[in-house]
Amino acid sequence: MSCSLPHALSVWQRNLAMYRRTWMWNILPNFFEPVLYLASIGIGVGGYINQIGGTSYLHFLAPGLLCVAAMNGASFEVTYNIYVRLNFEKAYDAMLTTPVEPEDVLVGEILWAVTRACIYGGCFLIVIALFGLVPVLSAVLVMPIIPLTGLLFAAMGIAFTLRIPNIDLFSFYFTLFLTPLFLFSDIFFPLKERLVGAWLWVAEILPLLHPVRMARAAFRGDAAPLLLWDLAYVLGLSGLLLAWARRSVRQRLTS
Amino acid sequence: MALIEAQSVSKQFGDRLAVDDITLRVSRGLCFGLLGPNGAGKTTTLRMLYGVTRPTSGSVRVFGIDIAREPRRVRARLGVTLQQNVLIESLSPRENLRVFGRYHLLREPALSHRADELIDFLELRSHATVPVVHLSGGFQRRLAIALSLMNRPELLILDEPTTGLDPAVRIALWSRVRELRAQGTTVLVTTHYMDEAQRLCDRVAIMAAGKIIEEGAPDELIAAHLAHEAVEFDCSPEEEHALLDASATSAPRVRVGRRLMLYLPNATALAARIRQADPQDLRSLVVRPTNLEDVFLSLTGSNLEGPV
Repeated sequence: MSCSLPHALSVWQRNLAMYRRTWMWNILPNFFEPVLYLASIGIGVGGYINQIGGTSYLHFLAPGLLCVAAMNGASFEVTYNIYVRLNFEKAYDAMLTTPVEPEDVLVGEILWAVTRACIYGGCFLIVIALFGLVPVLSAVLVMPIIPLTGLLFAAMGIAFTLRIPNIDLFSFYFTLFLTPLFLFSDIFFPLKERLVGAWLWVAEILPLLHPVRMARAAFRGDAAPLLLWDLAYVLGLSGLLLAWARRSVRQRLTS
Repeated sequence: MALIEAQSVSKQFGDRLAVDDITLRVSRGLCFGLLGPNGAGKTTTLRMLYGVTRPTSGSVRVFGIDIAREPRRVRARLGVTLQQNVLIESLSPRENLRVFGRYHLLREPALSHRADELIDFLELRSHATVPVVHLSGGFQRRLAIALSLMNRPELLILDEPTTGLDPAVRIALWSRVRELRAQGTTVLVTTHYMDEAQRLCDRVAIMAAGKIIEEGAPDELIAAHLAHEAVEFDCSPEEEHALLDASATSAPRVRVGRRLMLYLPNATALAARIRQADPQDLRSLVVRPTNLEDVFLSLTGSNLEGPV
């Protein structure tokens, strides 16, 4: 069975209807979080750093944190929220009594996670624009990277969520996977100045590294062939994970 | 042509045979009951009928369409109320209906129009804009049924629709179901309440341990299996023989714990004999018409809630 986009959108609209009830409370932290990071690390720590990777520390930090915002927006949605809908609320069992098929559920949820990534990332972009950290052209260039980051982490999270036997395993996903990515993906310091030789190649495995590199290039307005590899990595890994998730979602929802 | 045609359908989960070679035909316009204790395979059977569980063997056609090939086309024309209410608690009944209607690709203004119709039909008007989390169990159940009617289904599948509801709500729901049937909707209902089946269903199939063990109209089933009067009273297996007279010793009977039920064409003599032996009615003697529950008990030898 292939996906039907109208049915996938009906799944997306379910989440939107719920979000509209609570968006005021949901969206406020999205603004506070980047302000806190920029203030503490950007200004606080950055005060001791004259220059990093060719710019001020605040300018260095902003594109990476933008990707983290998109990563978090997508990740919360496809982990705890989907797990609850799947195992406790049985929301998908109800959807599957209608013409909605498991593939539509998957696509609808991915689209929603990407939407959440765009909301998180969008708020962050507004904040750093207000800080004067991003020129208009850079802001436009960086926009497509927000949903791309969302897609990558939505695909990763959902592939995990569909396979785990209990909800406690999410703490591993967050503390042993997302947190290290957050700390070591070129966000706080330039990896290539800290790693040597083969380690630089190993670092290319890190999923968050690629959106961060693309975002930083968009901020600076410079292009490099390496960015094609970053884009291919994000799209390729997302595609692979979604193909896997497609099989899992059918197994989980039908039996 | 039957609306539902399930041919030699089985479902195996690992080592467990949940549904064992059942054949089921449901004609258009009927209210059909699938009866059986918990764990008999009713819900698995339903899931195979609307195409969410794939049979291990056998074939299912609904509206003449092969469910395995075209599940979307089949499900566009039926509605299912699941055993567990699946509602969005932070949203109102009206919003829940609109969200659900979109799964059937309903668009405005038809979407809101249909939602309002169902709010009236299931008497949800007084709480139509209150978040579902604040509604009583009866309201929530009615809303769950309303959801499954959003697409004006030709076939309505109700899985244990009244479990846990108070009597007034149950009776009100039954009359809604009868109304739908009068409008031409075919209804397939599972229940372990035999009174519900007897009041609601034109035909019933009795399931036990994954098999359909009997099928027919409720009255026919009762007439075919048991005499029409039932006498029930408490007694131990040891006391049984002493209490019964010659006319009753050969009567068909069912025992559930200390409760003994005997089925006779005329129970007057036996009832008089027991009253005489037990003037204080310590045995809680009851004489009543035989019902579907008696048929079920005599067929399965089990009580309805327990394992077979």
